[in-house]
Amino acid sequence: MRDPMLPLSFRVAAKRRELADTWTLELEPDAGAHDRLGAFAPGQFAMLYAFGSGEVPISVSGGVGGEGPLVHTVRAVGAATRAICAAEPGDSVGVRGPFGNTWPIEEAEGGDVVVVAGGIGLAPLRPAIERLAASRERFGAVTLLYGARSPDEMLFTEELDSWRSAGIAVETIVDSAPAGWSGRVGLVTKLIDEAELSGGHTTALICGPEVMMRFVGAELVQRGVERSRIHISMERNMKCAIGHCGHCQLGPAFICKDGPVFTLAAIEPLMAVREL
Amino acid sequence: MGSIKSVDELIAEAPAFAEMRAEQLEVIAGCARNQTFEGGEQLMREGEEANRFYVIRRGLVALETFVAHRGALTLETIEDGELLGWSWLVPPYRTHLDARAIATTHTVSFDAVCLRGKADADPALGYELMRRFLPVIVERLQATRLRLLDVYGPVAGAEAEG
Amino acid sequence: MSVARRHGGGTEPAVISRAGLDRLLASLTRRGFEVIGPTVRDRAIVYEEIASTADLPQGWTDEQEGGTYRLRRREDEALFGFNNGPNSWKSHLFPPRLTLWRARRGEDGAMEFSEEPEEVPRYAFIGVRSCDLAAIGVQDRVFVGDSYADPDYAARRREAFIVVVNCGKAGNTCFCVSMQTGPRAESGFDLALTELLDGEHRFLVEVGSDPGAEVLAEVQAEPADPVDEEAAVAVSDECASQMGRELDTDGIKELLYRNLENERWDEVSERCLTCGNCTLVCPTCFCSTVEDTSDLAGEEAERTRLLDSCFTMDHSYIHGGSVRASPRSRYRQWMTHKLATWIDQFGTSGCVGCGRCITWCPVAIDITEEAAAIRATDLGEGGGIDQVG
Repeated sequence: MRDPMLPLSFRVAAKRRELADTWTLELEPDAGAHDRLGAFAPGQFAMLYAFGSGEVPISVSGGVGGEGPLVHTVRAVGAATRAICAAEPGDSVGVRGPFGNTWPIEEAEGGDVVVVAGGIGLAPLRPAIERLAASRERFGAVTLLYGARSPDEMLFTEELDSWRSAGIAVETIVDSAPAGWSGRVGLVTKLIDEAELSGGHTTALICGPEVMMRFVGAELVQRGVERSRIHISMERNMKCAIGHCGHCQLGPAFICKDGPVFTLAAIEPLMAVREL
Repeated sequence: MGSIKSVDELIAEAPAFAEMRAEQLEVIAGCARNQTFEGGEQLMREGEEANRFYVIRRGLVALETFVAHRGALTLETIEDGELLGWSWLVPPYRTHLDARAIATTHTVSFDAVCLRGKADADPALGYELMRRFLPVIVERLQATRLRLLDVYGPVAGAEAEG
Repeated sequence: MSVARRHGGGTEPAVISRAGLDRLLASLTRRGFEVIGPTVRDRAIVYEEIASTADLPQGWTDEQEGGTYRLRRREDEALFGFNNGPNSWKSHLFPPRLTLWRARRGEDGAMEFSEEPEEVPRYAFIGVRSCDLAAIGVQDRVFVGDSYADPDYAARRREAFIVVVNCGKAGNTCFCVSMQTGPRAESGFDLALTELLDGEHRFLVEVGSDPGAEVLAEVQAEPADPVDEEAAVAVSDECASQMGRELDTDGIKELLYRNLENERWDEVSERCLTCGNCTLVCPTCFCSTVEDTSDLAGEEAERTRLLDSCFTMDHSYIHGGSVRASPRSRYRQWMTHKLATWIDQFGTSGCVGCGRCITWCPVAIDITEEAAAIRATDLGEGGGIDQVG
């Protein structure tokens, strides 16, 4: 059995700059690679390795199901992510994965779905939204609420329209805007009024900074969505992604293998304890 | 075509005035009328007397302030069903911000001086108005505080990777 | 003499002399094991390579208390008359520094990763106390019994030959009885020795596995007299009555879960230096980190696994800050993981009652005292997390 700590060499097949500090990389296994990674599902993550620099956990943001290249959207905030973001087509990146659990899309069938994304949190949700769009008829009302810092810090703006065409209601809002912006300005919770929330039959998927997921979760609960049907994607320091290094623990949960997707019912009591 | 609703009915549709007693609704409706603004039209300017406030029925209004070198910046957009304007409740009764319709916006527009007079005369009505405005203010304050955290931005300073 | 085999060994207990023990060590050496056992160095008893019984801490005992460790001469010549030192077997099964892989850039720019060679040391551990044996079992569950297996740990573990020594006395900081991990080992070893000092200096040997039986067969052991077997049990019973500490484990997981905001954490954090000694000496603490390095030319890279501690600020570092910034939160993390969340994660307690964390804490923080203090000031329902999803 392949050592789970050993990366596979992948090549950057394509690269796109999304924001000033954020890039999307499409990765394909190196030609000579004998091993293959399993297919990634929405919500899962890979450990991406920059030669000699370090390794970081990055959620898959496209290319799920094993068809096409592996897609990850990375923000350059430290040595390893800067090195990964500097990789050009043809350069190598090490990949381990897939790790973690998935957004519960099948379980949401038959009911309404509201997806709430904050900032770069839209990236881990994109594969789930693509699945919802692809099987649109299996769900009730599907809404995407997307909050970003400012208009030019919004990700995947062209895709928002194609999701609208697929029958997903898409609403966006920004925290602040320059002069000339004619869209909405305010906290992302303001958008929750737009979503059709049929209380007990709604599934919510939330991804963004932890504090944002907390207050969005609280607002959804107030609107009648069940805590066991609100799913959030957690993040912690990770060194191994296989439950051995101990760093990603939140109470008894290992974010890498018990998560990163948790129901609000399960994770809220843990998030409520400071510095847990 | 549907029948035209009375001003009382339009006011009662706003969440802030939901389930208001009919007698009180009638009193405040006496200070109100329909008003429509075209996209780009100004509803209020910063520093004026706060003589009017609005319930946005349908449309979108930007609360703005003008910043030198940056132009008119939207601080928040006020949307369907929301209240616009509370400076009329607080001395010296002057507006703090500009408000501009982004798209055609249908409102119920209130004469604030008229309503203030009626509230002074009838404390029960006054209390009812305060009771309904306060949660709106609290919610906007809380949302604004959370936006101040600037959670989507990159972390300034320290390296973000261990 | 022929011997019947029971479960792992099926062999009846035997008795050996000190000379027999030397033959045992020699037999292990002949079979290619690196024989690791207790020896005196730097005024402590540590686990290092030993050649014969001459290297054992003959006539030494240890005096342990909170923040205190001393060696003292015994009045007899016991070879194993002490409890434990700063080492545990963790440093051999889970080395504090291990190269996981090396990588180089191929001519076409691809990364070529080479795993480190599969050969691992074959260790024979001499003198594993029952608490430490339980600790090995706890780490087995973490590294081999969970979603992923650690190949290096698994290989070292497979090769290891374990000779338990049942303790002849209990130390002041021992509480294996409370944690139900001793003082007598029942299974999970290849051989188990109990040192008998009444009359002739001899060792009762119990066999726990087929390899153990094979090695014992080369040692010219005598079959054990029932009197010797009773004497050995009596040694353990006496030891059990001498425990220096107690920890009430009744409902301890729920107790700690609902006391995450107990004021006791503030109190202990005023003493705790977050030095991490406890995590170093603890035989079950397993947190590690990785270090990715490369040469100056950027052509060769390496990943090293390093032993880590939850007391560092790095441990919970994310997005420009540590989740557990205060010493209070880090002490709480260590103790609640050890006694509570470990149970939900792995089905056992993380603590085996060896007492090392008490002995080696420079300010003598005592996990049993902290647990008792929290029990005495139990916040009751609503003080923390009372249900964990």
